[in-house]
Amino acid sequence: MNLKTHYLGLELAHPLVPSASPLSSDIDGIRRLEDAGAPAVVLFSLFEEQINLESRILDHYLAYGTESYAEALSYFPQAEQYHVGPDGYLNLIRLAKERTGIPIIANLNGVSSGGWTRYARMMEEAGADALELNIYYLPTNPDVEGSEIERMYIDVVSEVVASVRIPVAVKVGPYFSSISNMAKRFAHAGAKGLVLFNRFYQPDFDLEALEVKPNLVLSSPHELRLPLHWTAVLYGRVPLDFAITSGVHSHWEVLKALMAGASVAMTASELLAKGLGRIREIVSDLATWMTEHEYESVRQMIGSMSQINVAEPAAFERANYMKVLQSFRPDSTGILV
Amino acid sequence: MTMKNPITIDGNEAAATVAYKTNEVIAIYPITPSSTMAELADQWSAAGKPNLFGVVPLVQEMQSEGGAAGAVHGSLQAGSLTTTFTASQGLLLMIPNMFKIAGELTSTVFHVSARAIAAQGLSIFGDHSDIMAARSTGFAILLSNSVQEAHDFALIAQAATLRARVPFIHAFDGFRTSHEVQKIEMLTDEEIRAMIPEDLVRAHRDRALNPERPVIRGTAQNPDVYFQGRETVNPFYAAAPGIVQQTMDRFAEVTGRRYSLFEYFGDPEAERVLVMMGSGAETAEEAIEALNAQGERVGVIKVRLFRPFSGRDLIAAMPPTVKRVAVLDRTKEPGANGEPLYQDVAAAVLEAVVDGTAPFQGLPRVVGGRYGLGSKEFTPAMVKGVFDELAKPQPKNHFTVGIVDDVANTSIDYDSSWVTEPDDVVKAVFWGLGSDGTVGANKNSIKIIGEETDNFAQGYFVYDSKKSGSVTVSHLRFGPRKIKSTYLLQKADFVAVHQFGLVERYPVLDIARVGATFLLNSPIPADRVWDELPEDVQRQILEKRLRFFTVDAYEVARKTNMGSRINTIMQVAFFALSGVLPRDEAIQKIREAIQKTYGRRGEAVVRQNFAAVDMALDHIHEVRVPQSVTGKPRKALAVSEDAPEFVRTVTTELIAGRGDALPVSKMPVDGTFPTGTAKWEKRNIALEAPVWDENLCIQCGKCSLVCPHSVIRTKIYPEAELAGAPEGFRSAPAKWREYSDRRFTLQLSVEDCTGCGLCVEVCPAKDKANVSRKALQMEPIREIHDREVAFWNFFDRLTEYPKNGSSPKFNTIKNVQLLTPLFEFSGACAGCGETPYVKLVSQLFGDRALIANATGCSSIYGGNLPTTPWTTNKDGRGPAWSNSLFEDNAEFGYGMRLALDHQNAYAKALVAKLRDRIRHDLAERLLADRPAVEEARENVAKLKEILANAVTPEEKDLLQVADALIPRSVWIIGGDGWAYDIGYGGLDHVLASGRNVNVLVLDTEVYSNTGGQASKSTSRGAVAKFAAGGKPAAKKDLGRMAMQYGNVYVAQVAMGASDAQTLRAFLEAEAYDGPSLIIAYAHCIAHGIDMRKGLDQQRLAVECGHWPLYRYNPALAAEGKNPLQIDSKPPSIPYKDYAYNETRYRMLAQSNPDVAAVLLAQAETDARSRYAALQKMAETKESSQ
Repeated sequence: MNLKTHYLGLELAHPLVPSASPLSSDIDGIRRLEDAGAPAVVLFSLFEEQINLESRILDHYLAYGTESYAEALSYFPQAEQYHVGPDGYLNLIRLAKERTGIPIIANLNGVSSGGWTRYARMMEEAGADALELNIYYLPTNPDVEGSEIERMYIDVVSEVVASVRIPVAVKVGPYFSSISNMAKRFAHAGAKGLVLFNRFYQPDFDLEALEVKPNLVLSSPHELRLPLHWTAVLYGRVPLDFAITSGVHSHWEVLKALMAGASVAMTASELLAKGLGRIREIVSDLATWMTEHEYESVRQMIGSMSQINVAEPAAFERANYMKVLQSFRPDSTGILV
Repeated sequence: MTMKNPITIDGNEAAATVAYKTNEVIAIYPITPSSTMAELADQWSAAGKPNLFGVVPLVQEMQSEGGAAGAVHGSLQAGSLTTTFTASQGLLLMIPNMFKIAGELTSTVFHVSARAIAAQGLSIFGDHSDIMAARSTGFAILLSNSVQEAHDFALIAQAATLRARVPFIHAFDGFRTSHEVQKIEMLTDEEIRAMIPEDLVRAHRDRALNPERPVIRGTAQNPDVYFQGRETVNPFYAAAPGIVQQTMDRFAEVTGRRYSLFEYFGDPEAERVLVMMGSGAETAEEAIEALNAQGERVGVIKVRLFRPFSGRDLIAAMPPTVKRVAVLDRTKEPGANGEPLYQDVAAAVLEAVVDGTAPFQGLPRVVGGRYGLGSKEFTPAMVKGVFDELAKPQPKNHFTVGIVDDVANTSIDYDSSWVTEPDDVVKAVFWGLGSDGTVGANKNSIKIIGEETDNFAQGYFVYDSKKSGSVTVSHLRFGPRKIKSTYLLQKADFVAVHQFGLVERYPVLDIARVGATFLLNSPIPADRVWDELPEDVQRQILEKRLRFFTVDAYEVARKTNMGSRINTIMQVAFFALSGVLPRDEAIQKIREAIQKTYGRRGEAVVRQNFAAVDMALDHIHEVRVPQSVTGKPRKALAVSEDAPEFVRTVTTELIAGRGDALPVSKMPVDGTFPTGTAKWEKRNIALEAPVWDENLCIQCGKCSLVCPHSVIRTKIYPEAELAGAPEGFRSAPAKWREYSDRRFTLQLSVEDCTGCGLCVEVCPAKDKANVSRKALQMEPIREIHDREVAFWNFFDRLTEYPKNGSSPKFNTIKNVQLLTPLFEFSGACAGCGETPYVKLVSQLFGDRALIANATGCSSIYGGNLPTTPWTTNKDGRGPAWSNSLFEDNAEFGYGMRLALDHQNAYAKALVAKLRDRIRHDLAERLLADRPAVEEARENVAKLKEILANAVTPEEKDLLQVADALIPRSVWIIGGDGWAYDIGYGGLDHVLASGRNVNVLVLDTEVYSNTGGQASKSTSRGAVAKFAAGGKPAAKKDLGRMAMQYGNVYVAQVAMGASDAQTLRAFLEAEAYDGPSLIIAYAHCIAHGIDMRKGLDQQRLAVECGHWPLYRYNPALAAEGKNPLQIDSKPPSIPYKDYAYNETRYRMLAQSNPDVAAVLLAQAETDARSRYAALQKMAETKESSQ
């Protein structure tokens, strides 16, 4: 049974990769992931905004209230150095490369065009094997047109690809007028992979306090459908490696992801909820299923149910949508089944 | 002149660098103005910086200066080179050990930034009272006059003590030298090493206690030999001056800088000579230079070594022509025949004349005078005044200079217009606010000029006495020669005003010389700014022909994300206009300084500062000054005519900055001041303030409860009182069932608000149609000021809800907030976490409270002039407040209780005795145990009526002590530095006493007032000064320690987590007839938090288990119940969710993440085990008694 897969030019022992999460926030966590059987690790995101914000916050509070009152001209001792820049993250990449034997995919969430390229180069220099650009932009300004936002995405990818030699994957959300066109343009800009999809921050409301509360919910298997759909549509049509990163909780989702065309399936929610032991369990279930169904390799499976390969391509298009709607029939109690 | 190794630092750092290099153990404790020395030592130690011997000194904070001295003594006895830093009361606490250390001939140097001692009032400022109080300890006393000397003499003292075996105080003037920034030549390690002979270090170590060759030291001696033993040290003291001079000579060989025990400066044939020591001697030199240039023949002897006093060397230093000597002391010794230096000099002169060793003809006339107490300015004009006085046929003796003493007529006159500021010195003055970074920018500028040019540089900074909205004035001098002007600028070439509002409030241009440059940070464009200036400012610009520039620094700051920090922008403007350095070079140096200062805080901060530099130049505009005065007269600083006379005649002068001119007769003789003065100050410092929406408000009182400055008040009153209300005055139907016919108003005193925003954060009432809108909304002050002032004035006249009414009961927040705070408008930090608790005490018990307040933040915002917040109700009753010391507060309050209890017992004895005269029924009521307050007041009033015509001594006595029959509430208030550390021994004793005192610990978990040093309350993993590497030990559990007594009421509260529990605890504590202890979580500026979110942090502290809420009420034990009740749930959030909102924890994670992770995990465990332990106690069926 050959479980190996190739993603961004990296050969991975199997296709289940831990996605960016707090699990990879320190070297011990990364080593635990390796020990648990992860074939590669996508590091937690380096947020350019966070770096800038931390720096400003530190400066603000170290200066706050100082030089105002004769008895207390400051409130904190001076440290020799603060790790508010990307140093900690870069050091983590270095440590991970030194102390683990698996590929390390750095994850960058930038803001400014200078920031994207600067930090990307730093990550490459620190030893990252590949780079995942987590382009997280909430287009809240009604005056900015979609085309402008699309151009911004493409510019980021082009600039970063031009500034590094390691392969670059792009992680985006699904909210484009044409995700297919965007995928093609990403490939044209030099990206090697597409990670589907970024889960946008969707805050909850606290009805008692009448406040907007940040509330991160872990993904659930039904969230697989959207990336599954688009991977199947895009596979073979744009020259990108695909990674599905939402709703992967068991070997079933891994199998579907692979068959849709993903080179890897990524999960964090399942590992956060049930522990790192799930990596080996899922991979074992995957192997068992493949044995039972007489698959020889993962490679054989990738894209096998993509739109270009299924008998009924319309299943992925509008006709399928109508079919699904019509398949609902109320039962005797009037509930849709 | 090019210096070999120039550095621009203040006096504290200058001394500390040498102390650190030459010592192995350093015991520290914070006290202004010496704290910086200890902080630097701790910081260097944490950073692993080695001393001269290649090892990192052990720096240990102690629980008090007494503790530090004890540790120093022990360390010396065990053979290590040991030092400490202190001042004022701190030095006084060290005195017992100093006698021992000196008696044992032990080499050490105590570095002292000399400061006044608290007498009629506390002063944090400089004079020589502290070192004079220590002059009989046997320590040598060596004084530095300047920052360079603080550096040099630290080494000379260290070298001399090793040779002489006499321990040394190395002193320099608090603030004037300790905080003055000067360019100095720094000693190299080689130079230091050359001064510290290895054999003497070894000899010191050889004297150590060592069980390999044991001795006993510190015996008790009997009348037979104690005296002789005391006299054994004489040869050492006789030799010490010579050793110091030899050391100074050696120092001159090593460094080229020459000093002597008594240094004469002036005309070699002077007839009039001053003798003085400390920074004032520098000013004297400057004045003498000018006077002699005018043809006078005068001089000054600078005393370096005050103890052991070498009369022979003094006389040798005097010009033989001297006829008149004025000895100036910077201390006061009431009742003495002159101050110490005067006495020593007079005796030395007399002895020399009598012995026939004097070089001069006849006996010079020696007079003594006092100057500069508590950092009173000492100027060249005063020096001239002293010489003029000496020239009189009968010069005044025991005079004062620098004040007007119209009581004992000690003061001498001087011509304050006599100025000696040298022309070749660039003089610049900067007006700013503490919050805008003005001082920081100026310190940076001095560094740039001092270290990048051949110029000498000096900076001195004046701060006002408030912790919020404080004004700073920076005085900078740059010049080609050594700067001796140890006084504030008197004429400036450059005046910068960094806040437009200051032009309207202060006479900022009085100091400008003709032709000076005036730079104003102005949001009004250069072509329109003229008409907005007050008349006198315009007039001065014209008359003095000033060049006038504006820069809109806030616009630049906004564009470059700098917020309110305009430091970099104003610094660029200064260099661009002053011409101290070529513009391009200056900009380059500023950029380098930014990189150096902010680089470690991250690239983003550096980038935004660079952007501000680049943009600032384009925003500087010269104003084309019209030739006509168009401005309005400046609004005179007016205190209401309703203010009491003292406030109008004295307090107003202090507020206006004219306190220096007040004569002695205006000051209370015994430090007793009227209360209720803060309300007259009207500081108007907020930029925005909350406005009440009566339709949204649910009248819960939370905003009023948490308001740190007592500016939000609530009243319920009959509707009829609304007659005559100003238009728009807001009210709503009162939401009290029993008062539904009344109106409710929540009103803000906008002129006293600091704009902290705590009230808006705590407000739970949101607009259902727009949840971002609350019942309190911040609005720009300029739009609401006049209206709200009128509203407040009307509101103030509405009926106060009577405290003695039967309803409502004051057991809910809503009801308690109807009570007038008797603590209002303090100068505490905006958003202070302590003051709401203090205010609550004042509301609940203020009309019958005596308050003993430990020194610290609460004594400063509670008792620092010019105005104080403790006030009275409409009946004239209110808290009677006093501050004794830092270390004795529990005992101080306890003493009050003892007196009250005794007076009560005495009054009762007299009532019993005079029962027939009083009437039996009244006597019975007066004799009742624990009477209700209002009832007791009525009874005492009746008693006083009856005794109005008291005749017998017993009747007269009863009349005098009758007030003691009204229950008194004694509150002992202080911070954690007091309760956990320096005052713990006393607190423990008082709690154990069983007497009815109430202790309120305002727990900020650091020494807030002195700038955030760690106390034993500081929690594990927090970074604080003296715990620069993160505090490794767990927080002391003061509450549980107190519970062990069984008869102490103990509560731990956090208003932001549960205001109801807080209120309950305060009521129970006061009701408990025994000692009670309330430990209140107070968020603090020293935590490095957004102060608006302080209450949220309190809640998170509780939720993570760091701060469990509980009440331990021994009264319950008497009922067979468990006295401990836990009022908060078990830890429910990760510790980091609380901790990492605060810079004090986060900065460790950013500077040393590995250590931070370990300490965070331990702190989390601490929190959980603390809760578990409480839970176990609370679950125990039997009472713990």
